[in-house]
Amino acid sequence: MERRTLFEGWLLPVLLVLPQLALTGVFFLWPAAAAIRSSAMLEDPFGLGTQFVALQNFEALFADPLYVQTILRTVVFCAAVSALSMSVALGLAVFADRDIRGRVIYRTLVIWPYAVAPALAAVLWLFLLDPHIGLIGRALPRIGIAWDPRINGGQAFLMVVLASAWKQVSYNFIFFLAGLQSVPRSVTEAARLDGARGWRRFRTITFPLLAPTTFFLLIVNLVYAAFDTFGTIQALTQGGPAKATETLVVKVYRDGVVNVDLGSSAAQSVVLMAGVILLTALQFRFLGRRNTA
Amino acid sequence: MATLRLSGVRKSFGPTQVLQPIDLSLEDGELLVIVGASGCGKSTLLRMVAGLERPSAGRILLDGTDITDRDPAARDIAMVFQNYALYPHMSVFDNMAYGLRIRGLSRTEIARRVDETAGLLGLQALLQRKPRQLSGGQRQRVAMGRAIVREPKLFLFDEPLSNLDAALRVQMRGEIKRLQRRLGVTSLYVTHDQTEAMTLGDRLLVLHEGRMAQLDAPMTVFAEPADTYVARFIGAPAMNLLPAVLAGGAARTQAGPVLALDGAAAGLPEGAKLLIGVRPEHFAPAPNGFAGTVELVERLGSESVAHLRLADGTPLAVRLAGAAEMPETLTVAPMPGHLHVFDAETGKRAAASRRAAPAALPLEATGTGV
Amino acid sequence: MNGRTDWTAHAVLALGALLFALPVWLAFAGSTQDSAAIARGDLSLLPNLANLGAYPRALIQGVMGTRPVWHMLLVSLGMAATIAVGKIAISILSAYAVVFFRFPFRRTAFWIIFVTLMLPVEVRIIPTYAVMSDLGLINSFTGLTMPLIASATATLLFRQIFLAVPDELVEAARMDGAGPLRFLRDVLIPVSAANIAALFVILFVYGWNQYLWPLLVATDPRLDTIVIGIVRMIGVESQTDWSAVMATAMLALLPPVAVVVLMQRWFVAGLAEGEK
Repeated sequence: MERRTLFEGWLLPVLLVLPQLALTGVFFLWPAAAAIRSSAMLEDPFGLGTQFVALQNFEALFADPLYVQTILRTVVFCAAVSALSMSVALGLAVFADRDIRGRVIYRTLVIWPYAVAPALAAVLWLFLLDPHIGLIGRALPRIGIAWDPRINGGQAFLMVVLASAWKQVSYNFIFFLAGLQSVPRSVTEAARLDGARGWRRFRTITFPLLAPTTFFLLIVNLVYAAFDTFGTIQALTQGGPAKATETLVVKVYRDGVVNVDLGSSAAQSVVLMAGVILLTALQFRFLGRRNTA
Repeated sequence: MATLRLSGVRKSFGPTQVLQPIDLSLEDGELLVIVGASGCGKSTLLRMVAGLERPSAGRILLDGTDITDRDPAARDIAMVFQNYALYPHMSVFDNMAYGLRIRGLSRTEIARRVDETAGLLGLQALLQRKPRQLSGGQRQRVAMGRAIVREPKLFLFDEPLSNLDAALRVQMRGEIKRLQRRLGVTSLYVTHDQTEAMTLGDRLLVLHEGRMAQLDAPMTVFAEPADTYVARFIGAPAMNLLPAVLAGGAARTQAGPVLALDGAAAGLPEGAKLLIGVRPEHFAPAPNGFAGTVELVERLGSESVAHLRLADGTPLAVRLAGAAEMPETLTVAPMPGHLHVFDAETGKRAAASRRAAPAALPLEATGTGV
Repeated sequence: MNGRTDWTAHAVLALGALLFALPVWLAFAGSTQDSAAIARGDLSLLPNLANLGAYPRALIQGVMGTRPVWHMLLVSLGMAATIAVGKIAISILSAYAVVFFRFPFRRTAFWIIFVTLMLPVEVRIIPTYAVMSDLGLINSFTGLTMPLIASATATLLFRQIFLAVPDELVEAARMDGAGPLRFLRDVLIPVSAANIAALFVILFVYGWNQYLWPLLVATDPRLDTIVIGIVRMIGVESQTDWSAVMATAMLALLPPVAVVVLMQRWFVAGLAEGEK
């Protein structure tokens, strides 16, 4: 899409894009290039020099069963968070789309957690699930469930999934509701005349019409779960116990910042970049080029 | 107030030529209407005069000054857009004042001019409203006001009435005409609507596929269309075109009847292929002439339009007074003095046919088995 | 509508609202109670409105050795506002240039900006840190905000908004004598005001909620944001001043939630139309 009417001259527009290009160059392209470069380098143990090792860092990475496990764990984590938050959001959106009294208030009550920082969501969930002070965390042992996410990896994983999904519901809700509201009334009315009711109407008419929204949200949720949940995980479990909640981003942070293994961390960064590029490409492939030319 | 001259102005986008060279001059205070079907290049022509588009060749002179390469802002031209293009965030007053502010006029002068223009257009009570609080007709007026308040040398109108409903369109048409007369500003008016073109213009430029098909006073365009395109474009229902062959100074139509041309086809060789144009209102029932089956009758109340199909398959529209019952078949003949002769090869009006051919009674009605 | 109350819808939505409200209610209730009681596991769901002392305590003194919470709030506010305003400013300018002009390497420039969509901070942690340290921006407010200003989402959004502005509006402005900068200031920005408001909400929340980046680039406690601060507080193993932590959680929550709720109308519309 292009405009018909344009302003003349080239100096002004160049000056106008320059700030953004400069920031992009310094803070995006340069680091990305540096990551790719150092992913092909190996630093000697004393930090005295580096040598070019081509793909060795990647080979080492994928040969490491711990890394492969982290990949799998991240995939399961992303799938769980996306599925949970999207289905809850869709359920709420379907009812919020109904013509009921007070629906504006309900909407606000569901939308506000959009503003909650992922790290803060973790803190709030701690108040619920902490075995010592949490409202639910304290109640569980009383009904016979041995609850301690600090030593039980599965419970820790569950807790991280719940907190992460909780925070994302409102975002999904906004989009599902917008999607539902854009389903033309005439289509639903035609379906009613055809005799489709309730669940059947939802499954055969509404949900298919929501498919583009659902797919868009799926990508956004996968990206969210993979990257934005760092704060949630770091605050709740720091990736523990015994790496049970360590996702790829948590591992990059751990290896790069805490353990200072630069070559491996750079290689991990490059793998992550490839992942994001893949997801973005998928989104544009299937949703059309909504944002680009 | 000014004169406008276009010489050899043409436009191509890449290899596509959208406008053939246009030569045109407008007198001071004249309203010239440019009319044509969509895609004929009329908007491009207007936008080049406005400075929004650059001509591929040719010069544009306003009051004798070459403005071809000037920025729109420096041309002293105002334009009324089809969708009005009002600034949605500004009040009516600010919409009108914006161009004056940019030109650095004093506050008092701006207020004076806006008030005066608002008075002229009956917008005084609406000055503080935003465009979204106005009706379509009011928005149209504001768009006009924004142009008038600038007191430009030239007005450009780009289909300004096409977004209005029919009744309002008729009313605004009259209003534009009155205002233009009163202000006496030279104007170019683009439209696809032939009624607007006929009623508004001092002169009419019919554009067809980027070419000047005819430039004349409206009634001349109607009475002496320069070619078959103009003939069918102006007038509704469109002029009938009957295929014929020139034979002994008369036209032997494909449908059968032979029409006397009284020298209207002079200069064309014997046996030349012709198209004989007759407007629907210039047919009258007759004992012999063109006989056809009545396929459809549109009754408009004061008149009816009968659509006939002649034996050779030529369609024929005939306008008849009243709303009488139509028989299944009808025989009609052209009225005297209302034949238009066109060369079928070029589509051009026959040179000798400057006026509609005088006599047009069928010489003989070769029975076509009606 | 058939006039009957849709009890199912009310029940589901009320349950949903409760699910979201519960942890916050808990934090609020806890902020009014005795830390020792909370640590013992005696967190009551009923707030004690007479005991709001945890708030001034956290705000003025900080919690267990952190900087005072007012200072963290100020850093967060500065960071969120700088990121939101900065991002909106540079995105408007670059989107304007890309949409309304033709200049050499226009497409290249657009693609360079577009690529940043695929490079969130989280994937370039270490190399970006290295660059920041080369530039001497570690532990500076500039370092905290600048790298987050440059991303492409806002630029793409403005590009879409600008592409939808009718050509005639631009032409009318040109005929009125407006040059490019004047058109930007007098017409384009006011016309896009609702979208700018929506984007402000989204970006403010984005800036306020950052965790990983401040964690990396600002080790100096004077640059601790409220989000960093509260995670630091719950990391303390013993003798946690729970009521102050909960008060801090409430304070950390309030500004972005207020922005979202107050500007809900623009924000929801802007989000749904912009990011799709």
